[in-house]
Amino acid sequence: MKYLDEFADPDIAKRLLTQIREITTQSWRVMEVCGGQTHAIITNGIDELLPDTISLVHGPGCPVCVTPLEMIDRALAIAALDEVIFCSFGDMLRVPGSASDLFAVRAGGGDVRIVYSPLDALALAEENPDRDVVFFGVGFETTAPANAMAVQAAFERGIDNFSMLVSHVLVPPAIASIMASERSQVDAFLAAGHVCTVMGMRQYERLVDDHGVPIVVTGFEPLDVLEGIRRAIIQLEAGRAELDNAYERAVTQEGNVLAQELLERVFEPVDRAWRGIGTIGESGWKLRDAYAAFDAERRFSVDHITTVEPSACRAGEVLQGLLKPNDCEAFGTTCTPRSPLGAPMVSSEGACAAYYQRDALTMRARS
Amino acid sequence: MRLREYPQITMAHGGGGQLGADLVTDLFLPAFGAAALDAELTDAAVLAVGDGGPYRTAFTTDAHVVKPLFFPGGNIGTLAVNGTVNDLAMVGAQPIALATAFVIEEGFELRLLDQIARSMGRAAKAANVRLVTGDTKVVEAGHGDGVYITTSGIGAVPVDLRVAPDRIQPGDCIIVSGPVGRHGIAVMSQREGLEFGTTITSDCAPLGAVTADLIAAGIEVHAMRDLTRGGLLAGLCELADAADVGLAIELGDVPVPDPVRAACSFLGLDPLSVANEGTFVVFVPASEADKVLAVMNSHPDTCKPAVIGTVVADHPASVVGRTSLGGRRVLVRPMGEQLPRIC
Repeated sequence: MKYLDEFADPDIAKRLLTQIREITTQSWRVMEVCGGQTHAIITNGIDELLPDTISLVHGPGCPVCVTPLEMIDRALAIAALDEVIFCSFGDMLRVPGSASDLFAVRAGGGDVRIVYSPLDALALAEENPDRDVVFFGVGFETTAPANAMAVQAAFERGIDNFSMLVSHVLVPPAIASIMASERSQVDAFLAAGHVCTVMGMRQYERLVDDHGVPIVVTGFEPLDVLEGIRRAIIQLEAGRAELDNAYERAVTQEGNVLAQELLERVFEPVDRAWRGIGTIGESGWKLRDAYAAFDAERRFSVDHITTVEPSACRAGEVLQGLLKPNDCEAFGTTCTPRSPLGAPMVSSEGACAAYYQRDALTMRARS
Repeated sequence: MRLREYPQITMAHGGGGQLGADLVTDLFLPAFGAAALDAELTDAAVLAVGDGGPYRTAFTTDAHVVKPLFFPGGNIGTLAVNGTVNDLAMVGAQPIALATAFVIEEGFELRLLDQIARSMGRAAKAANVRLVTGDTKVVEAGHGDGVYITTSGIGAVPVDLRVAPDRIQPGDCIIVSGPVGRHGIAVMSQREGLEFGTTITSDCAPLGAVTADLIAAGIEVHAMRDLTRGGLLAGLCELADAADVGLAIELGDVPVPDPVRAACSFLGLDPLSVANEGTFVVFVPASEADKVLAVMNSHPDTCKPAVIGTVVADHPASVVGRTSLGGRRVLVRPMGEQLPRIC
């Protein structure tokens, strides 16, 4: 089937792997920025097919992992309010807050619903004029345009029982922050192709120049990921640091200009806290004042939020490639998929959970 | 609080994953105490009832809740009959009779109830099982999703036949009876109003006829499991655990219909964890595989079988997939219900 098979062809994959093996003479650490790429790597077992000298580092591009605890707790508090229908993408429901998660809020009587688009939440608001419908607007530059569109539509149509809890984060400041760290061990980045589909390539040119690091814009199918790795290794082996587009079928230099205009109209940059990592300057978006009426943070005064992050959790370091999951003291002892301390242990493609499954297997095979 | 220490029941406890299993082992079994000492955590219990002659009795029950009540390929009525018939079939039983209990919401249209009941009659006839008794309760409006149906069933198992997870052995061949993921995606598309080019219909079907033929053909069937909630993945992980063996799965050989793959890729779901209602896996010695395929192929209305892997002595209690690229993927049972991914 078109777009399902053609970018997963095993023969082409083998050729790419052979080429990668042939050109690799040194050890390299390549970070795939986006959780979608991590998913492709784990579900296809790509990491184990690469030469031992190439380590893939799972990056911070996972909204489930980096949405700050304070914002999760705020979401939980708003979702528990009687008048609220709280709408979210599915996988945010199991993200642990300080004391609870959205599943538990729903079990306690909160009206929490899984939607596939912010526009579905907007439709719910129109159907339920006596309720307050709140959408949890998380994610990167990829989910932002649809969120901006929903807010803009609510604004134009005067749907005043709709609001959005915005916790958008941006990829380029995260890459800059990782590269600025003295402990950084990342040699090259696979940038998130869908983010660049929206935002274009410009912001990444500066990152390459400032930090002298190769960045390859990479897609999400198995062959996309392998091609991204291949091109990154070519640069690393040649001592080059350039911006390369390996996702040309979707990404242009300019990106989606219409989406960018809408984003610019609805959102403004803001310093944003990243879970486990800390605050990164101008690394997120919030609603502009003109849309304050649709800002759930301003509409609902849920104060007294005191966050409690398990102190043993070092997820932030893992997400920056500073620490391997199995080097964390809590790994496999106080932190397991069944009882996770941090978000990367929650989902099966989370960096910590992926390591956990592999390690468990190795131990069973040995015993 | 740790994430998994929920003080209340969440939807994830009913998703066919680890949390649901925990509920049984950590809450129900200890609470039931001595009364549940020999409870079998399989699709159906097999009991000696009096002097059953050449047969023992298989006994099972299944509560059916589905939203929407009607979906492409079936409705809650066909599901209630086939679900219980299939649970009996999975222990090698010939289904005999079902009891049905309806919990109906005040205000539910009789026209729809009639439609559901007629479907049940037809499904029972097709599965060659009788509907022998039942019960009806009505709950106040707002306290149910139209109708919930619980069916309990009995079946007959020859005394010399034992189909159970602990019979699985290294070297066994793992065969899936047909493409996976159709039921879950059919229901979800209907519920969410999603379209994926073609209509995906549920695989909802009775499996008693094909399992009876497998046994009648003299095939040494070690274990069977229908792949309902949690899909192929939950089924395989449960069996690997129960039999304490490793399962090596060729992921490229697992049949997934293109529209299901497209829908799953679009929604961020794993087709291997999506529910089925007329698809099962069977474990047999490798020498019996061809016979299984032949029997299944003689039921083209319910089966389109494929060999998907083998049982190994390595990595006991683990399911390891080899991807079509040749990579390795450790397959783990989902915690609860599958959630669409953001990115």
